[in-house]
Amino acid sequence: MAPPITPVAPDARTRAARQGLHRGETRSALLYLVPAGVVLVGLLAYPLYQLVVISLYDYGQPQAAGAAPLVFLGFENYVSLLGDPRFWDVLAATVLFAAVCVGGSLLVGTALAVLATRASPWARKLLFLAALGAWATPAMAGSYVWLFLFDQDFGLVNEVLSTLGLAVDGHSWTFGRFSAFGLVAGEIIWCSFPFVMVTMYAGISAIPREVVEAAALDGASATRTATSVLLPILRPLIAIATVQSTIWDFKVFTQIYVMTNGGGVAGQNLVLNVFAYQEAFAGQRYGLGAAIGVVMTVLLMLITVVYLRIRR
Amino acid sequence: MRRRAANAACVLIAAAVAFPLYWMVLAALKPPGEIQSADPRPWTLAPSLDSFRRVLDVQNFGLYFVNSLVVALLVVALSLVAAFLAAVALTRFRFRGRTVLLVMLLVAQMVPVEALTIPLFFLMRSFGEVVPAVGLNQLGSLVLVHLAFSLPFAIWMLRGFVAAVPVELEEAAALDGASRFRFTWRVLFPLVAPGLVAASVLSFIHAWNDFLFARTFLISGTDNRTLPLGLLVFFKPEEQDWGAIMAGATLMTVPVLVFFVVVQRHLVSGLGGALKG
Repeated sequence: MAPPITPVAPDARTRAARQGLHRGETRSALLYLVPAGVVLVGLLAYPLYQLVVISLYDYGQPQAAGAAPLVFLGFENYVSLLGDPRFWDVLAATVLFAAVCVGGSLLVGTALAVLATRASPWARKLLFLAALGAWATPAMAGSYVWLFLFDQDFGLVNEVLSTLGLAVDGHSWTFGRFSAFGLVAGEIIWCSFPFVMVTMYAGISAIPREVVEAAALDGASATRTATSVLLPILRPLIAIATVQSTIWDFKVFTQIYVMTNGGGVAGQNLVLNVFAYQEAFAGQRYGLGAAIGVVMTVLLMLITVVYLRIRR
Repeated sequence: MRRRAANAACVLIAAAVAFPLYWMVLAALKPPGEIQSADPRPWTLAPSLDSFRRVLDVQNFGLYFVNSLVVALLVVALSLVAAFLAAVALTRFRFRGRTVLLVMLLVAQMVPVEALTIPLFFLMRSFGEVVPAVGLNQLGSLVLVHLAFSLPFAIWMLRGFVAAVPVELEEAAALDGASRFRFTWRVLFPLVAPGLVAASVLSFIHAWNDFLFARTFLISGTDNRTLPLGLLVFFKPEEQDWGAIMAGATLMTVPVLVFFVVVQRHLVSGLGGALKG
């Protein structure tokens, strides 16, 4: 604010000016907010509301085509979903699968971050460059590369295994439920451990050298230093990496859809997100699909709330 | 001694992590006969661009590449303008309800957009009846949804950059007779360029990598396919042309790799958290 130049009733002047400014500000602020506001309300808030609405209706192909009237079901979609053993199976598979992916990424990422702190700068740069490459690879491209590596007939893995005399020719990695899930988990860990590694490396490098030296002077062993000194310092970072990875891995779609060809043999590799998609767009049960979407949103929101609690 | 062991481990692990990418590019460059051979070799003596030619010419991947690029660049351009304006309003203007808006912006970042495919599908269908360019099977529908998905984080990030520009600068500009609008575009906009670059890279990668919404919205017609969808349709369960699929995957990966190298410096400083989605 420029200082008032005229000595005449400065108080009244500035107040009036401020009020005028304020009114003008609200108007221009609204103007500046319009483009983003329209898009966010129309394409984020409204669809979120619609998701809940659709989940309360019997919404099938006739309704989608406008050939039959909508029938309000209330919570019937949810009742039939919760009564469906398939849903519980998919939910359990999703939780277990996400847990394996998160655990794997954390373990690999943290171990490599520790390794990076012990290596020379050139070796560390090399490791980070490779990790950056895996991180940057689009899920779609990564899925196909891993499928190719593990291909039944022309894959490198089968080739190497059969040269070693370990596997029969033409073993299919995507046929069995656990082996297919394992293959997808491998791809996901491959492209998501770099995030953990970079985060943990930043955390470890930020720990002052004196802390470790003080522990050593006090006679603490390396293990004891790691568990009683370093781990507590890094705990918030570990929590952030865990929750962030959980959010990503819980709603995975591309890798499962591509690598198991839409959810595996007889839907054995379905996870929630793919299940919702298949129910809605393949089975044309949009109401039921929306109910799965609501369940997924609520679960993810809960995880996010935990996340924000930790971050604060 | 221990350092040497750590270095050796680093090199070995780096090689293992990079190996799938190497294998992808290698398979894309191998002549067709070598891929189908019974013992794959980790090198090729006769690199050829046959596979690239096959996907680009015969399979129309050139068009899909351009489609993906158009969607991603439109999302970047539109989201930058909208996010910048919103960020300016939220940092530089005082008005009632600002705090409420900021909280809503935080909540918006939590919404798992993947769950919104069903309502968005019907919304795009209705849009198409009014404005065909943003309806189903059109690239416009993808631009719209990715614009919405990238805005909350872009606004949030730009807010910090706008706030870092001192208010005195604005007062000086006002004294020099510059209008607020002029100041915003001529002074503020160039000053927050680093933030704009970071935000645009994120928007670009999200739009470029998207498979779910392309799969949902582009149901018929082949001219508007994006790269991920083109790859999916091209992949046949039994008789795969792995060379061509790897060529397509390479085409998809290279632009993102380039972008990642551009922002790698920011990756550690918290920005990385939002990258993979």
